[in-house]
Amino acid sequence: MAPVLRLGHISKGFPGVQALDDVSLTLERGSVTALIGENGAGKSTIVKILTGIYTPDAGTVNVEGRDRRFATPKDAWAAGIAAIHQETVMFDELSVQENIFMGHMPGGRLIDRTAIRDRTKELLARIDADFAPETPLKRLSVAQKHMVEIARALSHEAAVIIMDEPTASLSRHEIDELFGLVDQLRAEGRAILFISHKFDEIFRVSDRWVCLRDGRKVGEGRTAEVTEPELVRLMVGRPIDQVFPKRDVVIGEVVLEVEGLSNATEFADISFELRRGEILGLYGLVGAGRSEAMQCVFGLSRPTRGRIVMAGRAIAPRVPGDAIAAGISYVPEDRQEQGVVLPLGIRANITLASLARHVRGWFLSTGSERAATRALGDRLAVKAASWEQPVGELSGGNQQKVVIAKWLATRPRVIILDEPTKGIDIGSKAAVHAFIGELVADGLAVVLISSELPEVMGLADRILVMHEGRIVARFARDAWSAEAIVAAATGAVAADRAA
Amino acid sequence: MPESPRYTVADRPPFRLADLLLRWESILVILLAAVFAINAWATPWFLDIYNLADATYNFSEKAIIALAMALLILIREIDLSVAAIVALAALGVGAVAALGQPTPVLVLTGLGIGLLCGLCNGVLVTRFGVHSIVITIGTMSLFRGIAQVSLGDQALTSFPQPFLDLQQTYLVADPPTPLSFVLFLCLALAFGIVLHLTATGRRLFAIGANPVAARFSGIRVDRIRFVLFTVSGLMAGLAAVLLTARIGVVRPNIAFGWELDVVTMVILGGVAISGGIGSIPGVVLAVLVLGFATFGLTLLNVPGIVINVLLGCLLIGSIALPILIRRALGRR
Amino acid sequence: MSWLAAHREVVLALVIALMVAAIGAYAPAFVEGTSLLGVLDDTALLFMLALGQMVVILTRGIDLSMAANLALTGMLVALVGQHGPDLPALAYIVLAILIGLGFGLGNGLLIGGLGIPPIVVTLGTLSIFRGMIVVIGGGDQVNASEMGRTFQAFPHKALLGLSSVFWIALAVAILMQLFLARTRTGRGIYAVGGNPTAARYCGLVLERYQLLVYAIAGGIAGLCGYLWVARYGVAYSEIASGFELTIIASCVIGGVSIGGGVGTVPGTLLGALFIGVIVNALPTMQVSPFWQMAVAGAAILAAVIINARAEAHPDKLILPEARRAAARARG
Repeated sequence: MAPVLRLGHISKGFPGVQALDDVSLTLERGSVTALIGENGAGKSTIVKILTGIYTPDAGTVNVEGRDRRFATPKDAWAAGIAAIHQETVMFDELSVQENIFMGHMPGGRLIDRTAIRDRTKELLARIDADFAPETPLKRLSVAQKHMVEIARALSHEAAVIIMDEPTASLSRHEIDELFGLVDQLRAEGRAILFISHKFDEIFRVSDRWVCLRDGRKVGEGRTAEVTEPELVRLMVGRPIDQVFPKRDVVIGEVVLEVEGLSNATEFADISFELRRGEILGLYGLVGAGRSEAMQCVFGLSRPTRGRIVMAGRAIAPRVPGDAIAAGISYVPEDRQEQGVVLPLGIRANITLASLARHVRGWFLSTGSERAATRALGDRLAVKAASWEQPVGELSGGNQQKVVIAKWLATRPRVIILDEPTKGIDIGSKAAVHAFIGELVADGLAVVLISSELPEVMGLADRILVMHEGRIVARFARDAWSAEAIVAAATGAVAADRAA
Repeated sequence: MPESPRYTVADRPPFRLADLLLRWESILVILLAAVFAINAWATPWFLDIYNLADATYNFSEKAIIALAMALLILIREIDLSVAAIVALAALGVGAVAALGQPTPVLVLTGLGIGLLCGLCNGVLVTRFGVHSIVITIGTMSLFRGIAQVSLGDQALTSFPQPFLDLQQTYLVADPPTPLSFVLFLCLALAFGIVLHLTATGRRLFAIGANPVAARFSGIRVDRIRFVLFTVSGLMAGLAAVLLTARIGVVRPNIAFGWELDVVTMVILGGVAISGGIGSIPGVVLAVLVLGFATFGLTLLNVPGIVINVLLGCLLIGSIALPILIRRALGRR
Repeated sequence: MSWLAAHREVVLALVIALMVAAIGAYAPAFVEGTSLLGVLDDTALLFMLALGQMVVILTRGIDLSMAANLALTGMLVALVGQHGPDLPALAYIVLAILIGLGFGLGNGLLIGGLGIPPIVVTLGTLSIFRGMIVVIGGGDQVNASEMGRTFQAFPHKALLGLSSVFWIALAVAILMQLFLARTRTGRGIYAVGGNPTAARYCGLVLERYQLLVYAIAGGIAGLCGYLWVARYGVAYSEIASGFELTIIASCVIGGVSIGGGVGTVPGTLLGALFIGVIVNALPTMQVSPFWQMAVAGAAILAAVIINARAEAHPDKLILPEARRAAARARG
């Protein structure tokens, strides 16, 4: 099979982290290549280089025998590369046909609307989409929007199609339809780069695989010749037990009790109890409703049913301030948007959720703030020029440490960590893992939301698995296996093992 | 981390003179000095203490509103209805005066109407989640419209003398001290303390820089928004009382176009329209620069509307220059 | 509510029709043919200005300087009319468009070129334009008698009972509809305003669109400057003072979202017509014209509240039963 795209020795660095280090990759016509790796392994950086959003520091991009340099997304299109992004990047207010042809509408200055409609109809027919070209995009479901993105890729006559975790928010039926489409595209002779960390999908759909770890390529081969445990080992890079040293923490009394928590569309019947010194893992696929349920516990939304009991007292947090006062903290998943205030300094960020503790008389005491900042910042080993440095100038890992420090400053009894190691470098990751261990040793109770199986399995005392808004399985530490957890998370089976 | 490498992070960055000089407030101080120097050179009457005192009458009322507007713009909001609130509150003051009520009642009426209008804005903005620029254009028309409907082409001109004396005589005769300027300075001090020294002020900066992270940090963003719109209304009510006492006549077009003057003061004061950056000293300095520049030009018989050209250039230039300089430096 | 959102123009048209009917029941003179045509004539300038503003708002911008640009351009062409030879009306129109376009480009350069927030730039140019009128005109006003005959006669020419100003507004509206609906650039305006990130992925350059939309708004303001001055027979520094907010109000009532990417030509025209009907109806109803502002304000707030409800962000659909319900609702 002929290679259509070759990446040669690509490197790309950002302040504080080397995202890609000497990665080479070849895509062949009529073949699906799975790109696998943990979060932060460099997968999305590859996508952004291929779509002209980043330019590599070093290395070559060769399409059909010609070296290319993509300065803008349009250059990548022109070279025949199109991407279907994880979160759809489209125009909600415009119609399907306009979304497909925005940036390359047929006709001169005046649009040839008949041509657009006819070509859209033809594209939609090719992928068996049953909506009209004039439908406003905002009326479509996520799965249908993915189809529009695929149609857009086809409209470019793209030889290379990148799918960046396209199944993240799709139902099982929709995923099957998508895979049918992938098979069809392969049969048409296109090269497909399929990014996912769900093994069942990789084995179902791909011909070849490439594995990244910490920005480096650590292996590649034919999918038929590899097993899941082999891939896991490559992705993680070491046996799981060594990474997360077992702690000896005495698990104490129940701190937090959640009973039948539900809201209208996002989660239902969430019940669990959390004990002092315990790490409760909350596993599930992206979009399973884990964050939504925990944000409700934190007072960011109101439940329609259910109750929350904190240290024996029923609480109904209406705003996060209520939850904080009750001793609950929530470290959000989207660090830049929800976690840190980038232009403010480290001190102002760390004290933001606990300002009342630093008020003397009517005024904020800078001295008191500085003492707290020093204590927490040093404990978490935040690296910075000064405690006044704007958080926007720090690396992702150090930003995450600042967010955790902010929440520890509220002296919580329960801390909910939502994907605490997402997108940070391996060094900071290990530091965060070790720190979670320290927290429970100090008597905190932790809810750990994570999509990284090794992380949850390494750290948690118990694991709850969510699927489509419900808890579908509960595992105790000695009664779990990776296969059983993944099976529950993908909705294959419901399990309840001694937890 | 127990075994983390020990090194110390400094409490604050080392002091550098350049940082201090490049602060927006420093630039405004230089501008203010230039305004005084040029005016003193251009006209012998400028530095007369009575003239300077009288000059403050012309900007103090707007400046009081600017303090509240600064906080709103700092948290990414804006209140374009302030001038209309002034009109409505002034109308109330005039109407109550026509009934023969004493001065304290007039003052309370003005403040009360301002407060109510502000409450109204606050409810609409926090309840419907539409940007305040749209909401306050609506309430601006509504408030100003109510004033017009009630007053028609009449004017209210009967006010008790003690009320007029509030603004038509000095608070202290020597040195001449106008009430409105003193009020402005006191309020500026209060706003400055709240913004720069209290927990509430810190929360305002956080909301302006990242409202989502602020909410996730337990800050009651909507409640703060609501309070600031109410404060903005109250300040407009106070400005209405002072303005009415000063000119002794209420027409429906009173304070027309003030909202844009006030926003200009705030932006020139270094408050970023995108939120999260700004200071009360900056706003106070900008008020003084604009106020005394205007006054100097008036002494030179430059018509008011021409002064606006210069002020418009000042506004755009003050924002554009730093960008141009940064670009020039970046290209080097 | 979603039906309301989808058929906003229809609802607004019905509201206006009901309003006209109610006014007609109270003051029959208002619904006589000439009177209704008078409303269209009178609102013609607002139609054009609102369309110019809409294009700007579509890109998430705002132009507060339109009314000042109108007044300044009006003064400039009036001075040409006063001192120059008697030119054909078309020459004044072209001249006015070019002058206004130039001022608009100035806004566009500061916004797109330097990246200064639109509200700051246009607030500044609002003051500058207004002041320049006095600087250039020496503080005097130019009266009808001084403007030249063709200069002032043009807006009063009538065809089918409607003045030339209305026909120009109609032409502008048709051109605008063609531009926004049928050209690549027009669709691009919706794209950069609706989702700037996605637009960048499609190779659309926001800064260029900003330059374009402020130039368009400026050109329209210039055109209206000539028509305004010639129609009312006077040019001075205060004409159309405060009108910038009426223009924005038309857009908001017409369903243009200040968040960008949402707004239509018919909607904006109806928004302007709504205000126009109120302005013209009040005197015929023997109601004080001072009600105009209050009613416009109430209408803006009502429009905002209805839009806010229609656009409220729904929760994510994670539970299978919620997804099925949504799929059923979609049909």
